[in-house]
Order: sequence, then structure tokens, then C-alpha cells
Amino acid sequence: MSGGIEIRGLKKAFGPKLVLDGVELSVARGESLVIIGGSGSGKSVLLKCILGLIRPDEGSIRLDGQELVGLKGRGLEATRARFGMLFQGGALFDSLPVWRNITFALTQGKLGGGAAMHQLAVDVLAKVGLEPRVADLRPAELSGGMQKRVALARAIAANPEILFFDEPTTGLDPIRADVINALIRSQVTALGATAITITHDMASARHIADRVAMLHGGRIIWEGPVAALDSSENPYVDQFVHGRREGPITARTA
Amino acid sequence: MALAETFLKPLIWPLIWVGARVLGALAAVGRLALFALQALRAVVSPPWYPARLIEQMALIGWFSLPVVGLTALFTGAALAQQIYVGGQRFSAESTVPAVTVIAIVRELGPVLAGLMVAGRVSSAMAAELATMRVTEQLDAMVTLRTDPWRYLIAPRMLASTLMLPFLVLVANIIGILGGYALAVYRLGFNPASYLSTTRRYLETDDIVSSLVKAAVFGFVIALAGCYHGFRSSGGAAGVGRATTDAVVTAFILILLFNLTITVLVFGS
Repeated sequence: MSGGIEIRGLKKAFGPKLVLDGVELSVARGESLVIIGGSGSGKSVLLKCILGLIRPDEGSIRLDGQELVGLKGRGLEATRARFGMLFQGGALFDSLPVWRNITFALTQGKLGGGAAMHQLAVDVLAKVGLEPRVADLRPAELSGGMQKRVALARAIAANPEILFFDEPTTGLDPIRADVINALIRSQVTALGATAITITHDMASARHIADRVAMLHGGRIIWEGPVAALDSSENPYVDQFVHGRREGPITARTA
Repeated sequence: MALAETFLKPLIWPLIWVGARVLGALAAVGRLALFALQALRAVVSPPWYPARLIEQMALIGWFSLPVVGLTALFTGAALAQQIYVGGQRFSAESTVPAVTVIAIVRELGPVLAGLMVAGRVSSAMAAELATMRVTEQLDAMVTLRTDPWRYLIAPRMLASTLMLPFLVLVANIIGILGGYALAVYRLGFNPASYLSTTRRYLETDDIVSSLVKAAVFGFVIALAGCYHGFRSSGGAAGVGRATTDAVVTAFILILLFNLTITVLVFGS
């Protein structure tokens, strides 16, 4: 199993607004990195650049030494097969039943393999603690917490080497958030996957992370093991971790 | 210099405004054309999704039948009445079957069916795709190794282009029947001679041009819906904007292409 990611000098601007301003970041294979940062600090843009959903203006993203920026066609297709992503709102396809959602990457939207795919979906649902009957429901019939779990099931169904989680606990109560955190931690360990999570939920960050990096002003301004989070001696990290109104980050710029 | 600026600025300002509008409009036409090309590429290259195509054909073709049929029936009948009243002034009441069939098949059948289906289908496509964009379902699809161009857009474009000729054929038949019913039961025309006159004035070219128009309108209806839905941004307001823009774009393009085809086919 591989999946080491190296990001060098990554820049992305939308019009006059510079969102990423030279991001430098490495993630070792099998490591769980959590990126923290304020709303609108470019965390989602960074993930979408790695996934190839947004084309960066400058810089390089390497996966096991292979350059991802500018990748097209079959090369891009082959790389995407190694990624799994849990989107913020779940992003389940509401026209399809849950089991078709979960097996979507395997069938690539085709209608083949009915019974086998249904069974596979039930197995993956069990991994995220959901009953088999959920497989036949529509996404709209599920609660927010269940949608997140189904979305997690969809992200891990194809056994990806690298998993991305975009604000996995947003919109959930603390108990359900903790369930999701525990599931993410256990599934990442079970798959031996490299994981990158973006969040501003510190409880979630402490639960999921091996290592934490902070994105602010388009750059990574601090990174270190999760245990060092409280002794970072970085005023930005300190302010963010403790949720203080006063400090170097002002609500207007962040 | 400062004086010249003071006097010239109010004169130049409207030109700047007009220029910016023209450039904006041309850029929009260019974007739409590029979108159409990419959609065509997705239609002709694998993977194909036959199940999605059939689903869209049912949504667009079958479920538009009631609204298209009613529109054609009422319009055909009203048309026959008006031609009768208008014809009376020149003692030309007998032109009712001939004018009705030509008006329905050449113009009203395709245009009215096209507009009704645009109202139903372009808006639905735009709203659905825009919601998928807003809720990141389109991004999710890409990460699940499925191309939204082929999975979502190609079946819609193809289904709409294939189903509109079928709908227009139905609209033509029902429109002529509407005129026939009104002429026979209200205006006292002889049924047999009404039908034979209709048959005599209906030419193969009329039917071909009617169906060609229909196919073009079908393409345009899906294009407007997919284009505005796919490119939408800005949450719930963006979904609303995409829906409105899709219907307006589809209406304008249908009327524009109708005029173009009419002039090309019948103008010379």
C-alpha cells in the first residue's frame, strides 16, 4: 500500500482573490493529517486541487513521486481510482437508492451486477454501523448523521489508498460527531489508507489526526504532531485551538 | 486635457456601456457553442448509459404528451376559426383546411411543441443539475470515476433531440384534428372534402422541415437546460437563476432557429 503526497509551491487565485499562496505540505503514506483553518481559508480548494477538480495556477502535487497537476485522460482516471472523498454535505445522488450510491465507483454508474453489488453495499454499510435495510432507502429518507455514514461508506467502498474528509462533523450533534470521528479513525486504520481531513472542529481534529497542519492566508503556517497542538507556541494556532476572539487572526480577514 | 475629459466622458460612457454589453453577449454565445461541442463529444464517445437515455426519453417524450397534445388541439381549433372569419372578408372560407395544415405543420406544431417542452424540460434539467452542482454531487461523481458529461449531459441531449420530432409529429396530427373538428362540427365543413383538401396541400417537404426543426429545438432545449444548470453557482439563488436563464435561452434560441430554418427552406 502506498499513497504519499508531496505538495510544493501550490498557488490558486479566483480572479483577484489569492486563495492558495504557495502551499508546502507532505503527507506520508498511512498517515492521518488534519488541516485546520478558518472558514474560507482555502482548505476545500486545496483538497479539490489534489483531486483534480480544480486546476492550480502554479506548483506541483506528487503522489508517490508522480506529478498530478496537468494529468489528463487515462492517467487522471487511474489516479482517481486511488482516491475516496467524503463531501461536506454528503453529496449523495438523490435519484439513486443508497446501495447504488455506495457501489457507484465500482459500477461507474452502470446497472450491472445487481445482486453482488447489493450484497457488497450491505457489507460496507455494516462497517459504518448501519443496518442492511438502509441499502434500499433513498438518501432523502435518511437523517443527517445517517447520510454522513452512507457517504463514508461510499468513499471507502472501492478500498481507496487515499481518503479525503471535508468537514466530516459539520452539522452533527456532539454525540453523532464522535461516532463519525471514531468510524473515520477505525476505517482509515483498517484500510491502511493515507487520510487528509479538513475541519475547524478541534474535537474532531484531536480524534482523527496523527499530525495537524494549519492553513492561514493561503499558506501552511504550522504543522506538528497532534500532541504538540497545545504547546505549539504559535499565536495563530493558539488562538484557533482555543477559539479566542482576540489574537493575530481577525474575524474580518479570516 | 481635464476640460476635454469633462466634456468627452458623458459622450464616451454610453459607447463603453454598449461595447461591454456586446462583448458580454458574444462571450456568452461562445461559451454556449463550446458547451455544445463538448456535449456532442460526450454523446458520440463511450461509455454510454442506455438506462439513463431511456429514463430521459420517457421523461421528455412520454410525459410531455399531455401538455403538447392539449396545446396543439386548442391552437389548431382556434386557428381554423380565425382563418374562417378572416377568409369570409374575401369569400375565401374554403381556404380553412389548406391554411390550417400549412400553418400547423410548417410553423405552429414545431414552435408550440418546442416552447411547451422547453418550459417543462429546460427548467427541470437546469434545476436538477444546478442543485447537483450546489450540493457537490457533480464533484462527487467525478471522484467516483464517472464523467458527468457522459452520465448526465449526453443522455439528456440525445433523448431531447430524438424525442422532439416524435412530439412534433403528434402535435401536427392533433393540431390538424383540432382544426378539422372545429371546421366540421361548428362551421359545417364537409368531413371528406376537408380531409382530402388537407391531404392535397400537405407536402413531403413540409413534414421533413417540421421534423428537422423539431430535432434542432430538441437539441437547443437540452443545451439550454444543461448549460445553465451545469455552470450555476451561488446556492439556492443560483439554482433559481439557472432555471430562469435556461427557459429564456431555450425560448429565444427556438424562435431564432425557427426563423432561420423557415427562411432557408421556404424563403428561396
